[in-house]
Amino acid sequence: MPPQTNGNANSTGVAEPKTATFRIWRGHDNQGEYVNFTTEVEEGMVVLDVVHHIQATQAPDLAVRWNCKAGKCGSCSAEINGHLKLMCMTRLNSLDLTQPVTIEPMRTFPHVKDLVTDVSWNYRVKEQIQPFQLKPPEKDGTWREMQRDVDRPQEFRKCIECFLCQDVCHVLREHKLFPEYIGPRFLIHVAQLEFNPLDEGDRLKELKDDYNIGYCNINKCCTKVCPEGIQITDNAIIPLKERVVSRFYDPLAKFKNSFKKK
Amino acid sequence: MPGYTTHEYDVLVVGAGGAGLRAAIEASAAGAKVGVVTKSLLGKAHTVMAEGGMAASLGNVDDRDNWRVHFADTERGGYYLNNWRMAELHAKEAPARVRELEQWGAIFDRTKAGLIMQRNFGGHRYPRLAHVGDRTGLEMIRTLQDHGIHQGIDFHMETTLLTLLMDGNRCVGGFGYERERGRYMLFLAKAVVLATGGIGRAYLVTTNSWEYTGDGQALAWRAGAAMRDVEFVQFHPTGMVWPPSVRGILVTEGVRGEGGVLRNSEGKRFLFDDIPANYRSSTADNPEEGWRYVIGDKNSRRPPELLTRDHVARCIRREVLAGRGSPHGGVFLDISWIKEKLPNSVEHIKRKLPSMYHQFKQLADLDITQQPMEVGPTTHYFMGGIQVDGDTQMTSVDGLYAAGECAAGLHGANRLGGNSLSDLLVFGKRAGEHAAAFAKDHAGSGEAAVKDQIDAAIAGAEAPFERGVTGENPYALQQELKETMQKWVGIVRTAVEMEQALDKIAELRQRAENVGVPGNKEYNNGWHTALDLSNLLTVAELVTRAGLERTESRGGHFREDYPSKEKAWDGINLEFRRGPGGEPQLRKLTVPPMPEDLQKAIEENK
Repeated sequence: MPPQTNGNANSTGVAEPKTATFRIWRGHDNQGEYVNFTTEVEEGMVVLDVVHHIQATQAPDLAVRWNCKAGKCGSCSAEINGHLKLMCMTRLNSLDLTQPVTIEPMRTFPHVKDLVTDVSWNYRVKEQIQPFQLKPPEKDGTWREMQRDVDRPQEFRKCIECFLCQDVCHVLREHKLFPEYIGPRFLIHVAQLEFNPLDEGDRLKELKDDYNIGYCNINKCCTKVCPEGIQITDNAIIPLKERVVSRFYDPLAKFKNSFKKK
Repeated sequence: MPGYTTHEYDVLVVGAGGAGLRAAIEASAAGAKVGVVTKSLLGKAHTVMAEGGMAASLGNVDDRDNWRVHFADTERGGYYLNNWRMAELHAKEAPARVRELEQWGAIFDRTKAGLIMQRNFGGHRYPRLAHVGDRTGLEMIRTLQDHGIHQGIDFHMETTLLTLLMDGNRCVGGFGYERERGRYMLFLAKAVVLATGGIGRAYLVTTNSWEYTGDGQALAWRAGAAMRDVEFVQFHPTGMVWPPSVRGILVTEGVRGEGGVLRNSEGKRFLFDDIPANYRSSTADNPEEGWRYVIGDKNSRRPPELLTRDHVARCIRREVLAGRGSPHGGVFLDISWIKEKLPNSVEHIKRKLPSMYHQFKQLADLDITQQPMEVGPTTHYFMGGIQVDGDTQMTSVDGLYAAGECAAGLHGANRLGGNSLSDLLVFGKRAGEHAAAFAKDHAGSGEAAVKDQIDAAIAGAEAPFERGVTGENPYALQQELKETMQKWVGIVRTAVEMEQALDKIAELRQRAENVGVPGNKEYNNGWHTALDLSNLLTVAELVTRAGLERTESRGGHFREDYPSKEKAWDGINLEFRRGPGGEPQLRKLTVPPMPEDLQKAIEENK
């Protein structure tokens, strides 16, 4: 096992303070308050390390959801100094530690306890989306597709379901249109199906009528917070909107499309 | 006594990683009513962190590959302690399981001919790993999740089992709690499939997520199931060593598969110095040949960076101990050097290893297309576990099945990279299929038969609250256990150290009886940690005891006091069964003779 190292400076060469204060939202079901925890910090720590340290030493029952601590599972989403982030991918040297760092749960979903929210709505939404529909194989029994054709849906499949894009989306966050709008996460889910060369399904009518893609006014908040760097707006939502428009609103395309299946 | 809600299923699956989801899908397809219990949210299980790919001899990149070569590679990698029936089924069935994922919507990287792309990995003779960049686990779990939610399966997210419920020697369900509100849950089932993963959280430096606390192994052990070869813990050679807070996070073997090389502080590719005899004929003896292999030259042999994980991990440790390590106590893994060979190396690396690029950029502020990474061994995988029947995955307890990492057998003394994801699919499917068949043939038991067990489980779970903050701190106990295992039952072991570890585990077990937590049962991470402790201690003790028994070095188990592989231990599996007082009783089992055809597959691939 490699020995533990004791670095004193971060990569920019600036010495970090030895302790810092974290202002964490504590409470149940939206009833709660900010509680300040002052704790030791070391070089290279991320916000999730701090939360774990506070749990282990000061607040054993502090609720936090996490799994991998490597930016791969999307469990530890939170609002850090007002920015929507994964706690495990937010290094302390990206924050101003001379001021208390505020850590809060995602605002858009019902609060459960401390940093944990009820994200089950997202799971119910996905169940309602028409699943993958496999097209018939080639004559040799295989399904052939070229890398250049799968590059596009592969981008959307990088999604780790952290739901930060859902959290930031004003249609959900401010207008609470949960029953009517599926949000950016599921628009890219639909996009990866629609742009998958092996899929035969057609979800354009649902996109227009049930998922209300028209509610998205393309202000790109979702793209900005995506920890996977997925170009949600440009590469998924806008092309889907274009398909919906040409299918349902463009008379010439509508006429042409009447001869095509998809 | 607090109340509970009751759910009845034909098949209860514990765990929603690759094996659990595949089992649930199969059982459901067979007409069983299926419930899945998962400690986390759906799609977050440790499988999501698998990077490199799933091994299956599709032969899309090199048509010399077939199930016989894959079988022989797996057996040799496992030092012939594998359950050969499982190795055979795995090698034969993996290709169909991978194709099936594609038919459920997975989008693998493609070859020029438009087929599923395959990459090189350690111990595999030919490029064999179907993959999606370096996020194959995510692709797999998402595909199974999205397919599974339309199959009528009930998912109980963020729910943990406290105990399996027994009616005689038959498992008839489980009892647990859901995290969010802390409510107790009774699951009555005709058959139960354990798919709970590994034990990495018993160690300080690990690639594993928080869930890997040995739950399935401990639940099965307490229910009376036999355990096999638990001394074999795999230390992945390349975890991040810098910055300290991310120590242990996995750096996929795919980096080496794509041409990454390991160097010490003197700039030397030290693996060329130490190529084991049984791999000499298939390993390149100079860098040029190794590179030709990586880019697909069929007449070249693989570079020594693609030797098996146990070997590479020990060589890295040797370099560090000899003072030839990197500044932060590892060695250098360099993929950026391929710019000497490929004009578009930056784009190539970003496309082949997007998640590694991202991980190092964000967590270590390092650009892997330009600089080497610092890496070192990290706890990764548990080859040992619950003893199962090779065909059906049934444990020694009736109606109780195990699949994936919590089950033992397929990997022998050391697992080849990429054989885990295919293991989950092949044996997840088999477990689901046979559990559903068992459920069809057997009636379930009612609540009355298990009432005492439920009461005992509740009493045990409530106890930490009675002690409150005056009790032992569960986080501190877990930390002490991790330090103990890391120091004394880690990558290199001795009898003296393991004896010390056993004393410490016994002390921790006593203190765990006195663990206390404040607050209430609603999403109380302290309470969860307190309840996980008993499972961790159970597996830690079994690993250590088995480690003491095996007086040789083989695969993942390396004894400084017995540094060689011993003839007397050839073909010997160690089995533990629970004695009358709960103490582990040891049996040495001999691997049954292999059928002639399998023997031949090994000979022809020597």
